[in-house]
Amino acid sequence: MRWFHQLVMRLRMLFGRHSASLRLDDELQYHLERQIAENRSAGMSPGDARTAALRAFGNPALVRDHARATWSWDRLETFFLDLRYSLRTLRRTPGFTLIAVFVIALGIGANVALFTVVRSVLLKPLAFHDPDRLFTLYEADSHRKGGHKYLPVDFGSFHEWQSSTPSSAEMAAISPWQDYNVSADGGQLPEKVRAAWCSWNFFSVLGVTPAMGRSFTVEDDRPDAPAAVILTNGMWMRRYSGDPAIIGKTIWLDAKPYTVIGVLPPSFVFTSSFGGNKLQLFTPVRHEAPPWLLTTFADHEFLVIARLLHGATLPMLLDQLNALQQQIQRSQAGGSVHDGATGHSMLDDAVESYRTPLYALLAATGCVLLIACMNVASLLVARSAARSKELAIRSALGGGKLRLLRERLIESMLLSLGGGSLGLLLAWGALQWLVHVRVDMNRIETIHVDAVVVAFTVAAIAFCAAFSGAIVAFSIGGSHMFSALQESSRAHSAGVARVGLRRFLLVLEVGLTVVLLVGASLLLKSYQRLRSTDLGVPADNILTLQVELPAARYQKSVQQVAFFEQLITRVRAVPGVEAAGLVSTAPGEGWNGDQLMTVVEHPPLQPRDIPDIAVRGADPGYFAAIHLPLLRGRIFTADERLDRANVVLISQSAARVLFPNEDPIGKHLKGQMSDTAYEVIGVVGDTRWDVAQRPMPTLYWPIFGNDYTFTTIVARSSNHVEALALPIQKVVASLDSDLPVSDVMTLREAIGKSTIDSQFDSLLVLSFAIIALLLAAAGLYGVLAYLVTQRTVEIGIRIALGSQRSQVLRLVLADGLRPALAGLALGVAESAIAVRLIRSMLYETQPLDPTVFLGVTVTLFIVSTIACLAPAWRASRLNPMQALRAE
Amino acid sequence: MGKPNDLVQGTLDLLILKTLLPEAMHGWAIARRIQQLSGEVLQVQQGSLYPALHRLEQQGWIKAKWQESETGRQAKFYALTAAGRKQLESETANWNRLSAAINLIVGEA
Repeated sequence: MRWFHQLVMRLRMLFGRHSASLRLDDELQYHLERQIAENRSAGMSPGDARTAALRAFGNPALVRDHARATWSWDRLETFFLDLRYSLRTLRRTPGFTLIAVFVIALGIGANVALFTVVRSVLLKPLAFHDPDRLFTLYEADSHRKGGHKYLPVDFGSFHEWQSSTPSSAEMAAISPWQDYNVSADGGQLPEKVRAAWCSWNFFSVLGVTPAMGRSFTVEDDRPDAPAAVILTNGMWMRRYSGDPAIIGKTIWLDAKPYTVIGVLPPSFVFTSSFGGNKLQLFTPVRHEAPPWLLTTFADHEFLVIARLLHGATLPMLLDQLNALQQQIQRSQAGGSVHDGATGHSMLDDAVESYRTPLYALLAATGCVLLIACMNVASLLVARSAARSKELAIRSALGGGKLRLLRERLIESMLLSLGGGSLGLLLAWGALQWLVHVRVDMNRIETIHVDAVVVAFTVAAIAFCAAFSGAIVAFSIGGSHMFSALQESSRAHSAGVARVGLRRFLLVLEVGLTVVLLVGASLLLKSYQRLRSTDLGVPADNILTLQVELPAARYQKSVQQVAFFEQLITRVRAVPGVEAAGLVSTAPGEGWNGDQLMTVVEHPPLQPRDIPDIAVRGADPGYFAAIHLPLLRGRIFTADERLDRANVVLISQSAARVLFPNEDPIGKHLKGQMSDTAYEVIGVVGDTRWDVAQRPMPTLYWPIFGNDYTFTTIVARSSNHVEALALPIQKVVASLDSDLPVSDVMTLREAIGKSTIDSQFDSLLVLSFAIIALLLAAAGLYGVLAYLVTQRTVEIGIRIALGSQRSQVLRLVLADGLRPALAGLALGVAESAIAVRLIRSMLYETQPLDPTVFLGVTVTLFIVSTIACLAPAWRASRLNPMQALRAE
Repeated sequence: MGKPNDLVQGTLDLLILKTLLPEAMHGWAIARRIQQLSGEVLQVQQGSLYPALHRLEQQGWIKAKWQESETGRQAKFYALTAAGRKQLESETANWNRLSAAINLIVGEA
């Protein structure tokens, strides 16, 4: 029966709270009346009886509160009461509330967005079976210093690796930089798609089974097998509209028939440090690659994916492979055989280059959040200081210290909650934008706001509430309650002591701001360096378009050259084209081919001393079209084609490397793969294959010959070079309607593509730094303005006693600048350490760049002076009479 | 007995339950009765009494009813529930055990 009583009581307390509270008053009133009546009967006067009864009774409000505290739902009730009270307080100062919520929203939003990216891109395991055992293996070369640490693998070595370590790992090879020309069919235009050659076991090593059809088998992976292709889900949906009967159908790649044997699941994305997330289809390597590529140790075209078997570890496997590779190098004559193996987890391979930038950005947003919290805490403290009299009165009337504290905490919780919700929205928007602009980023498709992200948001909100709440709680203290009441009676500046904590916060805030500013300036400087890097040719007003000839229809060199010659003649005739040329790969648009070259006239070199030269094919008009200066000798002539195409132009740095202290003209060069000797006929300027990389020694031989099946059309126009894209594409279509044109972009856009990382990082950090600077300035202003209000009377007295206004200005200004300068010193010291962490993100910029540090110091000094000037000015303009009357 | 937690809480509860055993009473009368029965030694302050009464009511040991008091005014009368009676028995037994034990120690000296 007791549970029933309790239940009834609970329900009554929940629904009949108001009447219960009236009855409690009545009950206490009755007690009081009885006590008065008793006192009266003891002979007291009515007034005395009442006073005595009240004295005996104690504080009626307190008795009532204690009685109420025993009721069910009491905690809930006080919580709602506090909540309502805090809401009312916040509503009364909408400006403050809006600013605080917005500041927290910025902090939390930025953090949530970055956390989502870090989690999705860096931390989430790859969507393959047992991804922890998957590693990407590369070759290494102890003799090549600098450049890439991870070198692609030749198929000869892959074969050796695979056959000698069957007990340690399953290995598959993939060459992710292939492409195919998908022929026009079913009303669709021809198109060039990115593709990969892979060994037949590639998908089984990853643990991926096609969503439709089957995987490759050993039988598919043979030169004489029927041609087979596996499509990605995206390709199948996009080009074949999700045709359910696609399996077994024939599609035409490079003008040859292929049977579709499988379609990959939508979740499948291959990523590596060499790209791969844009691959559209996969073909078996032994069927596709030329036979010599399958046995050579000198042409490095593959990545090796290894699934470690149980008991094996990466270092163990690498030891085996290193020994093997050294053995291979000893037995092979060629100079481009590497002598080592290396590797890392497949996840690292995909995202390693983003790790430092993303963590740096996350650190930056962390700073912004901290600064935001400090600012909000500082505002709350200022408010509670301004309300100290109210608080003291409430405390004197029996308001518990804990209750007052709880109110402050609920206030900061409400602000954080509002800010956090808004922040989550901001983060969602920022992520949408990010996914939209950074399609180049590996694993960008994995970015989603999920439960963990929401949990992180909640944690961030809790952190904000606790952090700013704790600061407020700490600064309210308890013992000052009565001094607050006394303070008002005399005009002195006890408020100054109260500001100590806020000053300390300001020092930290300014310090963090300096770190952000320094980081942002360094990244920005580095980005500008990158943008202003000289490609070797003027980058403006140049349009590039790529065309690739399917080998099946352009088998003979004569056909290829005839096509190229017709193409460039017609392109030059397009109205608006001032000059045009053909080149295999334009400057700034990628590596695309290198060879070890020896000078025929020189004594033979040690294999590892043979220089590596980038190789380009070009037509005679290319050099003039792109304004690549001829330094010595002459350009190709129109009849140096096909059999007579054995002449080369070399770049300045190639001349330095190949012919130190001698005249290259008339000498001959020979590649490793053929016996043809090429006569050097001229020297041209250096170009960069990537703006962020040093110029590579380069040679140019005629593209009219030398077996080129692809070309880049380079067209120059003095205005609106983009407008040439369509007419030139029409020219290509008029020559062969089945040829796709790809990578249509201006040279500027090509540079923009390779600097997007740097641009992105620097602009983001810069915007965080600016937010931080604004917050810090607002903080400085707020604290000083508060101080001036507190010291109104003191300043009034000073002025009344003859103090100069300029003196007052200096006094207040110094007061405000002191924490700013301390923060500046702290920040510079912190930055000196922090910048080392972003060293790898900088391009030709020293982490301790003195101009950056000086610039940040001056900027911060100016901004903080401006922030302090307004309150200082106001103080110096005080009318002493008004100031003294203010009390 | 100043603040509610000065007196061991269970003791005040026990006193209230015991006082209510013969008849229902309002708060003031309970305070008077405890004072009288203890020979004016125990003075229950309102600050302790009412929170204790409300707590006992919330727990279902006692129930309250508004009815006319001896002065003719409506007052809140508390009465033991069946569960309260059992609680009183067990608390009394507890108290006896405890005070006997304390007496053993204190009485020895």
